[in-house]
Amino acid sequence: MPFPPPAVDDMLAALADRFGSLETSVFRGQTRVVAPETRSFELLEFLAGRGFDLLVDVSCVDYLDYREPPMGMRGGKGRRYGLVYLLASTATNQRLTVRVFVDDPAPTVPSVVPLWEAANWLEREVWDLFGIRFAGHPDLRRLVMPDEFAAHPLRKDYPLQGRGERHNFPVITRHES
Amino acid sequence: MQVAPTSPQMLDPPRQATARSEDYLWTLNFGPQHPATHTTLRLVLKLEGERVVDALPEMGYLHSGFEKIGEHLTFNQYVTVTDRMNYISPMANNVAWHHAVETLLGLELTPRCRVIRTIIAELARISDHLLCNGAVGLDTGAFTFFLYAFYQREVIYDIFETLCGARFTNSYTRVGGLSQDMTPLVVEKIRTFVRTFPKTLDDMERLLTRNRIFVDRTRGVGVLTRAEAVNRGATGPVARASGVARDLRKDEPYLAYADYEFQVCCATAGDCYARYLVRMQEMRESLRIITQAIENVPAGPVNVGIDQRTALPTKQQVYSTIEGTISHFELSMSNRGFEVPHEETYAAVEAPNGELGFYLAGDGNESAYRARCRPPSVLHFALFPHLIRGHTLSDVVAVLGSLNIIAAELDR
Repeated sequence: MPFPPPAVDDMLAALADRFGSLETSVFRGQTRVVAPETRSFELLEFLAGRGFDLLVDVSCVDYLDYREPPMGMRGGKGRRYGLVYLLASTATNQRLTVRVFVDDPAPTVPSVVPLWEAANWLEREVWDLFGIRFAGHPDLRRLVMPDEFAAHPLRKDYPLQGRGERHNFPVITRHES
Repeated sequence: MQVAPTSPQMLDPPRQATARSEDYLWTLNFGPQHPATHTTLRLVLKLEGERVVDALPEMGYLHSGFEKIGEHLTFNQYVTVTDRMNYISPMANNVAWHHAVETLLGLELTPRCRVIRTIIAELARISDHLLCNGAVGLDTGAFTFFLYAFYQREVIYDIFETLCGARFTNSYTRVGGLSQDMTPLVVEKIRTFVRTFPKTLDDMERLLTRNRIFVDRTRGVGVLTRAEAVNRGATGPVARASGVARDLRKDEPYLAYADYEFQVCCATAGDCYARYLVRMQEMRESLRIITQAIENVPAGPVNVGIDQRTALPTKQQVYSTIEGTISHFELSMSNRGFEVPHEETYAAVEAPNGELGFYLAGDGNESAYRARCRPPSVLHFALFPHLIRGHTLSDVVAVLGSLNIIAAELDR
């Protein structure tokens, strides 16, 4: 086991001061905070101003087939998508995971590109593979799949072998071409 | 009546005032198949003469759904896929993947396994930096330098082949251990490498580090400041060349790194030349780690014990003990395997390219519910337009080479 990153108790106290009681949990020395869906940008902005200057990753988990509430936490219960923001501080080496849970239809969260430029491509990838919209993103195009691709393949209801060309790409009629 | 041209201006009449200035820009497609991209990626460059006004990076040509596959292969099977991510240093990916899996499972490795993994991760770092710096040399016209580098990579391939039977796609690690133990022959080969490699490194530095052409082509090109590096999520040698003193081997020591003496190599210039220098120096530091580690490999087993129920027991244990037989049976059956907590973890290692991490969600099955890979290349490739703006077309390859973009890791 590696040495876990330094504790983030001070940060959690500051968060509790500002946002009231948030659901937090610790597993293998990693601290996770569930941000309320409506205040996620505010919370991330607060953390960015408090020394979390490095956005390590933005990703997402689709909890469609998951049998238990994600990480045993109430916050994610009944919500299909859990966004993962991995933050780190280059000065103190603290790490913090922020989770934001959203649900169908039209899952949308505010983009964090104004806070970290690193989020630009990471959010494009999440949009591409999970179909979660990032409001205010400067350039929300697909990243790895072709532009005209019709599905979001990392969703759990998308089969491993794909659905085939006919389903994945729009049909162009003779009239339109 | 035709007037004979009397001045050069008449041949080239003034441009129409109505035309917009961007009408005169060239659009150049660089890639997806171009020898100097080294991998399958595409850049759409906007040029004004030779100067790059803007660049639009495109990726996805090598996308093969590794993360989706990770949800269907077991933790041991998926290691073969990680080989194909950053295929320049597959050993580092193997180590990163199983580091993440063991973090999720809460497994404590044996001391011998930790040291062997440290050694192979550092060998992988050397081989990655050799290729990256070699390719920067190659793209800027130093062919001999590349051959020096590649010869030593061949030696490392040979070590890996002796170690696990595969030169390129090693798949060497397993959950809770390694596919096979290190033999005395491997130790001997690594000792020889440690002895002979510094001479090549000296030769390489003499060839290129003060070479006028190389320095002119890389110094001041593609400058990344410290603040930008952090804000844009750069890690590894790219960030360290910009003065970000962040190295997970020091900051969150995993494996056996806490036991060894080495330095984190940083520069402040943030240009292509600084990235080259950081990589050259990091190879020497890696060599220092290997030198300390190879003489003190602890004895004992490489795999965790039978009671952990994750690594396959040895044949001796299977045939002579009941615990071994049961454990072997359970691990071999498709519906038994080992138990994975309903939890999620992120674990990262300092791969040659930067922070390579896996975000794993477990749901009790022996394959991950979600296997997110955090590849350093994506964030580095996103830097590219920022770094190239204002430089010339010939600088494209220098900047691209110094970022060490590996498309297989980029697209996954």
